[in-house]
Amino acid sequence: MIRQYALPIWGFKMTQFITAVLTSLSSGAIYALMALALVLVWRSTRVINFAQAGQAVLTTYIGYTVIQRTGSYWLALLVAVVSGAILGAVIDRFFMRPIFKRIKSGPIVMIAPVVATLGLLGIIQAIIGFIWGLTNQSIEAPVSTGGFKVMGTVIAFSRYNLLVLIFVALAMLLLIILFQKTDIGLALRASAYSPEIAKLSGIKVDSVRTLGWAIAGASGGLAGMLYIPGYFLFPNAMDLLLVFGFVAAVIGGLESLFGAVVGAMILGFAINFATTYISAKLFFPTAFIVLVVVLLLKPGGLFGSKKSRSA
Amino acid sequence: MIKTTPTKKRLLLYIFFGWILLILGDRVGDLELYQGSFVATYALAITSIILLTGYSGQLSLGHGALMAVGAYTGALSIFNAGLHPVIGLIISVFVAGIFGLILGLVVARLSGPYLAGTTLALAISLPTLANQFPILGGEEGIVFDVGVAPARFGDEFSQYKWFFWISTLAALIMVWLVANLLSGRYGRTFKAMRDNPVAAQLSGINVGQLKVMAFALSSGVAGLSGGLLVMLISGVSPSAFPLSLSFAVLTGAVVTGLYSLKGVILGGLVLVAIPEIADSLVSRIGGSEGFTTTLPGFLVSALLILAVVFTPNGPGHLLKRHHHKKKV
Amino acid sequence: MSLVVSNLTIDHGAIRAINNVSFTVPQGQLAAIIGANGAGKTTLLRTLSGLKEAASGSASWNGDSILGARPEDLARSGIMHVSDGKSVIAELSVKENLALPGIWRKDKKDVALATSEVIELFPILGQRLSQSAGSLSGGERQMLAIGRALIARPKLLLLDEPSLGLAPLIVEQIFQTIKSLVKKMNLTVVLVEQNAMGALKIADEGVVLNLGSVVAVDSAEKLLNDPAVRAAYLGF
Repeated sequence: MIRQYALPIWGFKMTQFITAVLTSLSSGAIYALMALALVLVWRSTRVINFAQAGQAVLTTYIGYTVIQRTGSYWLALLVAVVSGAILGAVIDRFFMRPIFKRIKSGPIVMIAPVVATLGLLGIIQAIIGFIWGLTNQSIEAPVSTGGFKVMGTVIAFSRYNLLVLIFVALAMLLLIILFQKTDIGLALRASAYSPEIAKLSGIKVDSVRTLGWAIAGASGGLAGMLYIPGYFLFPNAMDLLLVFGFVAAVIGGLESLFGAVVGAMILGFAINFATTYISAKLFFPTAFIVLVVVLLLKPGGLFGSKKSRSA
Repeated sequence: MIKTTPTKKRLLLYIFFGWILLILGDRVGDLELYQGSFVATYALAITSIILLTGYSGQLSLGHGALMAVGAYTGALSIFNAGLHPVIGLIISVFVAGIFGLILGLVVARLSGPYLAGTTLALAISLPTLANQFPILGGEEGIVFDVGVAPARFGDEFSQYKWFFWISTLAALIMVWLVANLLSGRYGRTFKAMRDNPVAAQLSGINVGQLKVMAFALSSGVAGLSGGLLVMLISGVSPSAFPLSLSFAVLTGAVVTGLYSLKGVILGGLVLVAIPEIADSLVSRIGGSEGFTTTLPGFLVSALLILAVVFTPNGPGHLLKRHHHKKKV
Repeated sequence: MSLVVSNLTIDHGAIRAINNVSFTVPQGQLAAIIGANGAGKTTLLRTLSGLKEAASGSASWNGDSILGARPEDLARSGIMHVSDGKSVIAELSVKENLALPGIWRKDKKDVALATSEVIELFPILGQRLSQSAGSLSGGERQMLAIGRALIARPKLLLLDEPSLGLAPLIVEQIFQTIKSLVKKMNLTVVLVEQNAMGALKIADEGVVLNLGSVVAVDSAEKLLNDPAVRAAYLGF
């Protein structure tokens, strides 16, 4: 009798665990894309770009329009990523750079760029409302969102979640190759670590910075197109993703691309395990608790450089 | 003859200002009184940001959470414990202050973006905690009722006028206290720390302790503002403290000028006026639902950017500079 | 073909760091700018490489004004500034530090050639190529900083305190290397130094700065033998 009952319970626990691991991975992967977008900008410009949430929603709306016209998710994905890159570059060149030029001294220097990106976030979200309205839109996932079957039970991890994981892994791989193996990557790293020495070595740091914004924008564009299927698309749809991406980036130390991914995975696992095993209401508090615990142990994040800690 | 020290002058000024508001309060309608109450409430929240960001150099993106602490405390003391509203609001200040003290102890050693990230995470997570404890009423929230005005004010004394009296008086007293604090030794130490933390540390200022103190003070002021806010909407629930509230008060503070308390009323007025301006614009030119609903947000954001770009040190600073130019 | 600085004035915040300074360095010569701490030497060099704005005056290289140009453009036109004694990017490897000028230089063959020449000049760098620059000793960092500048095939080298914090033996080695480079590559060098003795010994010309103003300009040999300069800056 005992055995008969024990097996299904064990089986339930096992699938529950597998589900938690897999959903942790797929939500962590999306946080990672947003965290990467924030870290890329932080490294090159020393600004937390809150407008990234708006940029990503805008490019996802552009993708949505492409789907309306052509019916192709893949084309929409491509268009969203490219327009994310262009938008990022334009914002740096025509918005951030003039602001930095204007505000050079005084205590406001610390606060002005952040406040400016917050303002830009509001502007972008309002413009989206003007153009597309406020009604929730949805984007159909390109592959099935029905959960896989494990040991006879359907789990909350689908073909689409798997696709997201693969795409994020590919994006990471591309970024690693770009940063570690190419001249452009070397210029990006040199400009991030020491803009002055990079300039003195003949690198056009301003243009490299704009390129950093473009890559960040592309990463955000990808995040949006992967995140929205399964949720709804509205002007504020990406606000929470921005907060979680930011928390992940801070856990990872803000400086390090690798740290951003690790931070995102820690966050993904903590949230999914806390909501699975303790209470579904712990979704938001977990993010805060993980962040505070990490920062209490390491005030500069897990992979932060010494420089950022004193700055 | 009364000797007019700056402190006494300020007290007289605030009393005079309060008296004018009192007279004004008798001459305007309920709608204006209600809006005036919001102005006072936002002015307090802005004061709280100026205290923390302008004077101690710490950027908080989560003031909504601190306001929520004050709001829930007030609601529990008035509704559940049956205390007098004034006592309830005073308790709000202290409990929020203690919360800020604890938060400050945890986060004061964090710098710039790390602090911003932590406060942001707090802003989204703290209000949802209300769902965890039945006493806090979950998504529904709990009633926040300060009751009607005492009978001796007469039958004519409307609920809105009562709100206006409470919020205006609370704001005047609190801002007066903060202004006194900042014009004294503490204010100078805060400024020294903000402008050059290293030099401040070397000259014997305990920077860590000051930062924690700024958090506690700022949080207390935010708590009062939160209590007033939910008084005006008659109830407290997690949805009363969205991220946009934290951003709105930050906008108000930037528009006011982060380095002086002089314009906090202006900041409060701007936050209340913008939706009104947007409404009247919309009623004149019309437009789609998307346009009409997002216009206030657009205006707030545009104002924020313009303020940062053109008057980074506050409009007062700009006036001073123009004045200076004319002289030269 | 020369560096001409005339009536140059530079402000550092509210302080006048450089006041009406003039001097000329002909091509292929090594000029030492000496003076006590706070004389404005570093500020002068940062202005010549485009990192800082001048208040008034002029500076030109081969007849072209260099004031107001961006540091990256000056670097690409052959004016390399090795700043702060040990200007390397600690987070990058030695190899990556050396590769920075190669990012924009068109002649990749010559970049490879220049790199091998630098490794020949400083063999220790060749052994440390994959190490991070942050792990190098002070002397090695200085070699790396100079080596990186050389890969750009500079015509004018601005060196800021290469001897700072280094052991006397290493200082001697670095100074001798600089001297040999001037001859070998027909380089023009402006060497800012607190180690006035060492700098004047290898220099052709000397400029003595005090509190932002020029006190003396003469051949290095004459300055070395000038009793007033000796007493004030060389310590004997």
